[in-house]
Amino acid sequence: MQNIDRLILRLGEMTLKGKNRSRFEKTISEHVRAVLRPYPKAHVRREYGRMYVETGGESVEALIQVLKNVFGIMDIIPVKQTLPQLDDIIAAAVELIGEQQIEQLTTFKVSVKRVWKEFPHSSQDMNHLVGSPVLRAYPLLKVDVRQPEIELRVEIRDGAAYIYSELIPAVGGFPRGSNGKAMLLLSGGIDSPVAGWQSMRRGLEVECIHFHSYPFTSERAKEKVVDLTRVLAGYAGVVKLHVVPFTEIQTAFTTTGQDNLMITLMRRAMLRIATKIAEQQKGLALITGESLGQVASQTLSSMNAIERATELPILRPLVMTGKDEIIQIAKEIGTYNLSILPYEDCCTLFIPKSPTTNPNLRIIEKVESFLELEPMIERAVEQTELMIIEAGSPLQLASATINEDWF
Amino acid sequence: MKYFDYAATTPPYPEVIQSMAEIMQKHFGNPSSLHQYGEEADRLVRHAKEVTAQILGVKPSEIIWTSGATESNNFALKGAAMRGGRTQGHIITTRIEHPSVYECCRQLEQIGFDVSYIDPASDGIVRVEDIQNALRPDTIIVSIMHVNNETGAIQPIQQLADWLKKVQSRTLIHVDGVQGFGKLPVNIAQWNIDLYSLSAHKLRGPKGTGLLYVKQGTELFPLLAGGGQENGYRSGTENVAGIVGMTKALRLASTEQSALSERLLVWSEQLKIAIQSIEGLVLTNPSVSARHIVHFSYPGMKSEVILHSLEQQGCIVSTQSACSSRKAEPSRVLLAMGVEREHAASGIRISLGDQHTKQDIEHLIIALHQTVTQLRPLERRTR
Repeated sequence: MQNIDRLILRLGEMTLKGKNRSRFEKTISEHVRAVLRPYPKAHVRREYGRMYVETGGESVEALIQVLKNVFGIMDIIPVKQTLPQLDDIIAAAVELIGEQQIEQLTTFKVSVKRVWKEFPHSSQDMNHLVGSPVLRAYPLLKVDVRQPEIELRVEIRDGAAYIYSELIPAVGGFPRGSNGKAMLLLSGGIDSPVAGWQSMRRGLEVECIHFHSYPFTSERAKEKVVDLTRVLAGYAGVVKLHVVPFTEIQTAFTTTGQDNLMITLMRRAMLRIATKIAEQQKGLALITGESLGQVASQTLSSMNAIERATELPILRPLVMTGKDEIIQIAKEIGTYNLSILPYEDCCTLFIPKSPTTNPNLRIIEKVESFLELEPMIERAVEQTELMIIEAGSPLQLASATINEDWF
Repeated sequence: MKYFDYAATTPPYPEVIQSMAEIMQKHFGNPSSLHQYGEEADRLVRHAKEVTAQILGVKPSEIIWTSGATESNNFALKGAAMRGGRTQGHIITTRIEHPSVYECCRQLEQIGFDVSYIDPASDGIVRVEDIQNALRPDTIIVSIMHVNNETGAIQPIQQLADWLKKVQSRTLIHVDGVQGFGKLPVNIAQWNIDLYSLSAHKLRGPKGTGLLYVKQGTELFPLLAGGGQENGYRSGTENVAGIVGMTKALRLASTEQSALSERLLVWSEQLKIAIQSIEGLVLTNPSVSARHIVHFSYPGMKSEVILHSLEQQGCIVSTQSACSSRKAEPSRVLLAMGVEREHAASGIRISLGDQHTKQDIEHLIIALHQTVTQLRPLERRTR
């Protein structure tokens, strides 16, 4: 794609929301500028309902790769730009089709849109004027106006003509952070990072909360979560990670003798802590990676008993999604390989032999009342460690022992 | 003494030595251990992988640490040939490969694999057409070097990969990159190759460290079974200090590549002009060759005599590849190029590096003149 001068970014469904449109476009434009920071020669321009990126000589492939992940962009169109003159347009069209390396019979059509009405040829005429030289240059092309495999589009505006044929689908969704903030309960597993990414794609600003039970779990388990957060930060720019010390509470639960209620008790305590952190950070909901029926704590009656521990709405993006599909998304967004690293986290540790699938709320509340939970929860919130994870940054934890000069 | 044998090995960067010494002191832990010492060592190894992956433009998970290019080459070939426990199939390589590829193919022949050895043309470059003619439906892997270690001939990697991935994408391509990296631009992703070997000590890194790039999804039969390190591809406790040292060397070499390349162009041209002006010496460099290797022969004089004579003049050079130079036979690479036996037995390789200065090159040119003057009475005229 060395002949591409610019990329058109078409914005997605948010354009429907009339009043917010301008704010949304501004957010996307900021996000685009942020991901393009490593490409100083690229230049961004905003226009109604779309955005232009002048490549300025940066690698088009690299630009597309980062722009594809910007929330709110529906698709990316690599464009050749010329003066609005017939000869230039034809030359550019021939060159653009040449890049597709046509090796077998391929159907084709030209669609010309003449926005600049002073242009001397009508759209109808232009279809023919551009189409014939292209067909002559590439004998394997055949015209099919109904279902062409290649549609060569020409847009003639005052001052410039844009020639393009390829639409590259992008991630879509709503602009980053445009729908408010919520707190993601991030374990080290496969589901919660996916739930986080999906929430981000729907325009939520996500802060992550991780429960860490040192020394029952290792530093590696924590590092893994930092890495997962870093992958998420790759989509949002920056993500906050709250690491909550959970050892005291977990130990307290193990002394109750209620092994089969362990998970329910733990999950309720986590929700209480997360709720408090959400209040501090002005988050309006909690997000979990729960998927209905996947494990004992994710049956409907477990969810029912657990959810009563908070008054915040719980968003469960994956609640009706099957495991295979979740894994597929995890692979696509780059969290899967991290998630399957085999470090114990506080949920896999102390798993009882037969966790209950139908917890009795009355018993749970009774157990909790014996434990004087509230001060422990306060302490955990107080001792929570806040980490700011930036896209592409090296491991924050690792930097303590890693001397960059060694590498 | 001036050292002109950079293609055999190189003196490590002082920064590499320092970083390795510090790591050996501070982080002796076993990366597989669960305790803090192990975690720290593991972090170093993983970070080294991230840095290296970035330098090579690949994914960290696609890099396997090895003990050097010999292991990398053996792993690429045997691992690919024997994947799924197979003992049959076809392999294509060339007759100018390093012994760690060539002898490895000979071993595979003994087990039951078929191997086609492709000769280069007289310019030392293997023609893609010749490989095309050798391709069979059961060809498992094509193994070719980027730059020949004796003549510097640059092989048509991109052209070969473009063709092979189009006609038979299941056949793997392995590139032995040892003499190319740091001297020429390397772009593994653009080449679209499956396996790529590197060695650290040719790049001013430590000996005993290397890597194999294994494209995601490529199945290889592990040569070393054991603790399952390197995702099971290569067991054995990681050489933590060596791995970090190699990463540092790779980084320095790749940053300096283009600047070095320009200096090397000037010096190698100077040397080539000097050699051509000395009566009795024949320049044997191919037309398309890497700039750090200058190769000539002195027909009628055994390589070893020339080498020792130059040594007397204070210049260390090499006869053939270091791994083959203890053998008495003439160079296999030169013979494969169709060079006469007498020429092939009198080849000398000069290889340059980033530490050389203009004065060093001038010193070498004078030494060449003196050597020939000194040896001329001893020339054995066979014709």
